[in-house]
Amino acid sequence: MSFSVTEPSQRTKWFAGILVIGYAIITLVPLLWIIATGFKSPTDSIAYPPVVVFEPTLEGYVNLFTDRTRATEQMLEEAGPPTTWYEEIARERGTVITGQSRFGQRFMNSVIIGFGSTALCMILGTAAAYAFSRFRVPLKDDLLFFILSTRMMPPIAVAIPIFLMFRNLGLNDTHLGMILLYTAVNLSLSVWLLKGFIDEIPVEYEEAALIDGYTRFQAFYKVVLPQAATGIASTAIFCLIFAWNEYAFAVLLTSGTAQTAPPFIPTIIGTSGKDWPAVAAGATIFLVPVMVFTILLRKHLLRGITFGAVRK
Amino acid sequence: MTHSPIDRAALRTPPGMARRIRGLSDRTIAWIFVAPTIFLLLAVNIFPLIWTIRLSFTNFRVNRPNNAVEWVGLENYRRILSDPDVWNTMQATAHFLIWTIVLQVLIGFTLAYLINKKFRGNDLWTTIIVFPMMLSPAVVGNFWTFLYQPQIGLFNYVVSFFTGIDPASFSMIGDVHLAPWAIVIADTWMWTPFVMLICLAGLRSIPDSIYEAAECDRASKLRQFWTITLPMALPFLMLAVLFRGIENFKMFDLVVQLTGGGPGNLTTLTSIDLKREAFEKWRTGYSSAYAVILFVTVFGLASIYVKALNKVKER
Repeated sequence: MSFSVTEPSQRTKWFAGILVIGYAIITLVPLLWIIATGFKSPTDSIAYPPVVVFEPTLEGYVNLFTDRTRATEQMLEEAGPPTTWYEEIARERGTVITGQSRFGQRFMNSVIIGFGSTALCMILGTAAAYAFSRFRVPLKDDLLFFILSTRMMPPIAVAIPIFLMFRNLGLNDTHLGMILLYTAVNLSLSVWLLKGFIDEIPVEYEEAALIDGYTRFQAFYKVVLPQAATGIASTAIFCLIFAWNEYAFAVLLTSGTAQTAPPFIPTIIGTSGKDWPAVAAGATIFLVPVMVFTILLRKHLLRGITFGAVRK
Repeated sequence: MTHSPIDRAALRTPPGMARRIRGLSDRTIAWIFVAPTIFLLLAVNIFPLIWTIRLSFTNFRVNRPNNAVEWVGLENYRRILSDPDVWNTMQATAHFLIWTIVLQVLIGFTLAYLINKKFRGNDLWTTIIVFPMMLSPAVVGNFWTFLYQPQIGLFNYVVSFFTGIDPASFSMIGDVHLAPWAIVIADTWMWTPFVMLICLAGLRSIPDSIYEAAECDRASKLRQFWTITLPMALPFLMLAVLFRGIENFKMFDLVVQLTGGGPGNLTTLTSIDLKREAFEKWRTGYSSAYAVILFVTVFGLASIYVKALNKVKER
């Protein structure tokens, strides 16, 4: 190894490493606590002092996905012995399962609206970013700034007229309405990011393609799109995570059929007080996919969260 | 020469039409590509904004659509700016803004500085530290209320473990003195990684050669930090402050789930107050004026700040 004056000493590295790992562990504790609580029984979840070692149970998950009612002697007789593992868990608490809870449907809403708006946003955003990157668009800088400034408004401030507009158009509490709304909110970020990615692709590639007789459209999707694939994918994950996490619009504009999981999870309550294991189970199912995506995204994180203002 | 399906389709297209498709000028293509985006942004962002401005001069209420809508001029604005409750809200927001930014910049910069020492496995730990900011603030905020429970909450337990204070004796969310700090702590936990990432980019952008030159001149490490590291990372730090400032001025989801604005009105940030006026009291005209005031404030402060940022960058 060559000697360098700027290379930190071994001792400095150890010191820095221990501090950073210490912070990372503190940061992780609340997240691990969510995951652990999901597997606790209600008694364990509110034990004092907080228990770290406990007997794991799937009760929280069963409670999350089902509606239950307190079983009477007669109901138990009618229902006969439990046939599935989740019925067994419910029986142990003296309850019978009466049906599915709304969580499954709310989670699907999140999936539909998240992926729907991301797909639409990528189609529109890539096209617009390509045009901004390659053509002389009149008032280009103004348009780009205008697109960015739409991100500065508090969501509640625009929610009032959007609420009125959606009501007039019959879009309140519909999947289509939420998809269009999230697409519009995400477009600003996508256009900025994608323009940055496309700017990095040398124009010469397309010029060569154009000379070979490709049309502009062909050059766009045969030359530019494959080159920009990584950038498009990482932008898409950013849009997906935004739509997945969004709360303010969701809580104001949806209440039933199109309600997503973030406004729903906090409303989960049990028969006696808040059912924290069920809440934690819902949170776990909802948060873990994002953590996986974060690992996939780590190389592009910086660009995404700063509108491409900072590149590594 | 092989033909792709598109080429074959193109060859089969009658010459006249082919010329028309091929003949699309770049200008036309540019407009076809940009128009849908602009249209959607106009429909969902600009049109509502103009509508909000219009409503802000009226006494319109969504829940009374049959009432005659009257033009009230600047009355809404006058009422908001002379309302002491609004000023309390602004104060709560300022407290939240200042403390979250101070804490996040201090912790975030320190972390970035340490990570930049390039110890083994720093990439892995950086990714782990970043987790909180990628998660849903509403879901996480809701869970923080559990951590903050008196007696059974993990947060209270940890505090009592280190200080010996009875964990049942204090409630982070219910106490008038502690609630404003409860939201600051949760927000700092969530968003410090953001500041850290930007600072890290700043530190990594400083070329090694500058430090080498400083070593040759026998500048002490401390001096190097004050004269090289900090000034060169400053534009990045300022950028982080700008983003956090705008985001926390808009803060809604985390805090509304955590405290719901309570106790009393102590943690009612402007967005939460606006939501109450608009969607609980249904004072549409009044809340529209409120929204305009907030937007102008953010936009004005951000513009001034960006000017300062550009000056620092030029140096």
